[in-house]
Order: sequence, then structure tokens, then C-alpha cells
Amino acid sequence: MKFIDEFRRSDLAKGLVSRIAQRSKNNVRFMEFCGGHTVAIFKYGIRQLLPPTIEMVSGPGCPVCVTANSDIDKCIAFSQLSDVIVATFGDMLKVPGSRSSLQRAKAEGADVRMVYSALDALSMARDNPDKSVVFLGIGFETTAPTIAASILQAQEQKIKNYHVFSMHKLTPPVVKAVLNAGEVKIGGIVCPGHVSVITGSQAWEFVAKDYGIPCVVSGFEPLDILQCIAMLVEQVEGGRSEVEIAYSRGVCHEGNVEAQKLMHRVFQSSPAEWRGIGRVPGSGLKLAEKYSRFDAERVFEIEPGESYEPEGCICGEVLRGVRTPNDCALFNTICTPQSPVGPCMVSSEGTCAAYYLYGGDSRG
Amino acid sequence: MCLAVPLLIKSINGKDADAEIGGVSRPVSLWLTPEARVGDYVLVHTGYAISVLDKAEAEETLRLLGEIAAMGEVEG
Repeated sequence: MKFIDEFRRSDLAKGLVSRIAQRSKNNVRFMEFCGGHTVAIFKYGIRQLLPPTIEMVSGPGCPVCVTANSDIDKCIAFSQLSDVIVATFGDMLKVPGSRSSLQRAKAEGADVRMVYSALDALSMARDNPDKSVVFLGIGFETTAPTIAASILQAQEQKIKNYHVFSMHKLTPPVVKAVLNAGEVKIGGIVCPGHVSVITGSQAWEFVAKDYGIPCVVSGFEPLDILQCIAMLVEQVEGGRSEVEIAYSRGVCHEGNVEAQKLMHRVFQSSPAEWRGIGRVPGSGLKLAEKYSRFDAERVFEIEPGESYEPEGCICGEVLRGVRTPNDCALFNTICTPQSPVGPCMVSSEGTCAAYYLYGGDSRG
Repeated sequence: MCLAVPLLIKSINGKDADAEIGGVSRPVSLWLTPEARVGDYVLVHTGYAISVLDKAEAEETLRLLGEIAAMGEVEG
């Protein structure tokens, strides 16, 4: 058991595909919240395997895409400070802010470095004691505990020049915001697998209970996603709305309690600005008072300037599942992965990037 | 962004581990999964193990999917 190839078996996928076709009678729209699911669904051609009764729509589950322009502008402003190294996950580099991008700032001389882990940023701080490292903390519940751990490690190792600009976001509050807006009728949610590793499937109970919408937590291999859709169909056809797990090898009801503890120790919840969705109460994470010396926003003064959105870009509506990239006049004309206008085209998990790379929804 | 991959833990030193995927060894932090042991597969996200994978659950899932596939063949 290596936990990868076993979940890509075509014989088992065929069984699930015919089960879904057989059981699905009523027209229904499922939202995959997570950008990782959007990419996997396109990569494995899952939309084409589903019966015409099932429509899949992408949600706001790409942390880079939902980062507000005002925050991108702040990231760039940090890179303009002298003796500051900005450390970031690669996806953030090309995201255009109001006037520039981190990549452009780097080309113009700013010290911006790509890392794969907060641990790399921590080593960078250790190796450059005469500079300050500002790590750009983006990501949902999956990532926030790793950043929390890196801050505790910095404290333990007495590394004083490590700072985090926290743009972390929490997923249940934004799902609630999307459902409350009621712009798209959703008949079931493919719940994010690796967020749920941390939060547990319990995080989605309010969706099933208060909104009557079936929820199934899914992994990212093709069998996981097909199993998840099959379970959603069973709920829809049986008139049930419950929270179930199609990823039981990694996700349980309670989640990773240790990770939750670390996250809530280092961070406290705050309102957060989501691109296309606006300000969502309790959906952000900022450093708790006790860890303020690691908080880049409190340690440094920056001048990010006024922020504004790119003209003609409909990323906001794509993120809410209201429109698809095909509805955008910029898509594949002036907005491409090489020259992106909006973040959904930049991120490897962005809906526009997935449509561009895999040819959109060729099923129509 | 929330990408996580299964790695096999080969050795542990305090909260640090060496874990392997496809013959390549990577350092992995066990800060979030103190219960992980040598021989476990862990889901690794940005250098940190976030979950110890449950082999029995994985096998049970595959068994169920095998049953669904077999039923499809009989009915089809």
C-alpha cells in the first residue's frame, strides 16, 4: 500500500462511473470547493465521465485566487523595504497587484525568494542574521498550522528576524457566505480533503444541517473524487443531507486536534477580505498578541498605496461559481498563464488556469 | 495550494523525520503529528506531516470499491 496508485485503478473507476450513471436521476449541481479538486477533476477528465444530470462548478478554494488585491499590494510593499527578504510560495510571484507583482518587484531589484515550506523561510532567517525575513503566510486550515509551528520553532530557536504576514483564511465561514448569497443553487458539496484533515469532517455539519445540502469530504485521486460524487448522488436521490467522508484513510470526524491547538495558540480569528466575495467576519487569521513580535504587519511600516481591481476581469464571479472562465472576454485573449490579468489564471489551482490548460468543459 | 502527498517515514529524530517517496528522501517535520512512527505513511504538506494515513481504512475503501465494480459487471 503506497496510497497513490491504488486509488487510480481504472477497473474500480469504471465501477463508480456506472454506479453514478445508474443512480443519478435528478438534475443537480455539485460545487467542488477546493482548487486542488478543480485541477484533479479536469486532469482526470471526470466531468466527461459524469451523466448529463450532474453539473460540476468550482468554488472559492484557491488561497492565491481569493487573496485581495490590497493584500497583494502589501506583499509588494514589504519587498520594497531595505534589508528585508520576502519569502513566498511560488504561486504568489506572478499575481498582479494594483501596480506591480512580486515577480516584477524582484526583477527591479527587490529581494524576493521562493520557498516550498515555512521551514525554508526559517532557515533563510537563520542564515541571514543581518536581514529580516518576511514570510507571506497564505493558505487555509491546511497550511496555517504549519506556519504556526514555524513561529513556535522560531521562538524555541530564538530566531528574531523571522516575521509572518498572515493572510490565512478559514474555509467554513466563506462557504457560509457563498451559501447565504444564494447566487448559485448548490445540491451538494465536494468538501476539501486536506482542509478537513485538520478541521475534521465536523466542520461541514452546519452545511448539512442548516442548509440541507449533502456534504462529502474527498481526497484528490480519481477514485476519491468519483467515490465522493457517487456518495453525493446517493444522498441527493435518497433525500438525505449528511456529512460523509470519502477519504477515510486521511480524514476523521474530529480532525488533527494537535494542529488545531497550535493554530489557535498562535493565531486568532479576524475578519478577512476575499476577492470577489468581500469582507467575511471570522474568516481570517492574524497573529495573537503574544506572538506580535513575529507579526510583519506590526513590526514594519509599509506604504502599499491605493488598491484597485483589474478592469474587465471576472475572477470574483468565477470564484463564487456564478460564471465560468468562458464567460470572460479577457480569457485566452489578453489573459493567459504567460501574461495573467487575474489571479485565477496565475495559480496552478486557479479555475481559469485549469480551463486554459485542459480545454474547459468540453462536454458543454 | 493544499497539496499533500503520502511519504513513508524511514527515521525519526525528535520532531524531525526522514521520509521517502519514489526512492527520494525528504526531511519532514512531525510538529503536527507527534504520534507518527517509523514505517507509517504520512500526508506531507509544505514540509510538515499533517496526518498519519490509516492503512486499514484504505484497504476497506478499496474493498468496497471492488464490490461496486463487481456489481456493475453483473448488472451491466
